Amino acid sequence: MSNTHSEHHGPGYGLFIAIWGVLMCLTVVTVWAASIDLGFLNVVAAMTIASTKALLVTFFFMHLKYENITLKTMVLLAFVILAIFIGFTFFDTAYR
Amino acid sequence: MTDHRDYQGAKMGMWLFLFTEILLFGGLFVLYSVTLGRFPAEFHQASQLLDVTMGTTNTVILITSSLFAALAVTALQKGNAKLAQIFIALTIAFACGFLVIKYFEWTHKFHVGIYPGSPDIADWAPGKQAFFSLYFAMTGLHGIHVVIGMAVLSWVSWLIRVGKCTPEYFVALENAGLYWHLVDLIWIYLFPLYYLIT
Repeated sequence: MSNTHSEHHGPGYGLFIAIWGVLMCLTVVTVWAASIDLGFLNVVAAMTIASTKALLVTFFFMHLKYENITLKTMVLLAFVILAIFIGFTFFDTAYR
Repeated sequence: MTDHRDYQGAKMGMWLFLFTEILLFGGLFVLYSVTLGRFPAEFHQASQLLDVTMGTTNTVILITSSLFAALAVTALQKGNAKLAQIFIALTIAFACGFLVIKYFEWTHKFHVGIYPGSPDIADWAPGKQAFFSLYFAMTGLHGIHVVIGMAVLSWVSWLIRVGKCTPEYFVALENAGLYWHLVDLIWIYLFPLYYLIT
């Protein structure tokens, strides 16, 4: 019983510390990438790294990897709605 | 008679609340990106007035506090309430460190005349002024979230002490953790957008 309980909630200390290590490396990478002049690609690179970090935080720290399909779908839907929100604002402002 | 407990429901409710938080900050991020699109050069100039070392240190501090919050949940799930409380205390300690650095950053800005409505920046280019308006609004709102997160974590630590949050029913700690990770998540985007814009 207690075994299935801990299996359901999965991650142990080691995995979290490993994820923390990756997040630290990505922080160094994002500061380093900002020091190279890539023009507009600088923003793209910064946001790609930030989103990778965000994905690691939601999947592991926030346990989303271990949640059921309903909760996963809800989170996906929330971010799709946010993308529509941001995307449509750009359609509006870009063509004025 | 037993208490009615709905673990999945409690967690889903927390996520629904987090969606409203994402929408709140999402609106500000939209405003930021539209303004960045209009004034890219001014944003670059204004961003250079921020201290990258302090920003990077705060990112490291906040991600580390997030790690301790995650470890606290694991500790309680494994049945070690004492260790969970130590991890919560560490989370709060790192949160304090974050706020102290933020305090020094803000007071320095105020000292050199950069604050909302400051007469010194009235002559600046509109884009540069907009950058700092957004900076104070977004990092300020984020700072309020840090303070609330610290209060919630302290309350959960108390719940553990009085035996209302236990290894059998730990959803209060898990939800407090979710809130804390969201605070971290928002900073992960705020940091490059304000400190590293080129």
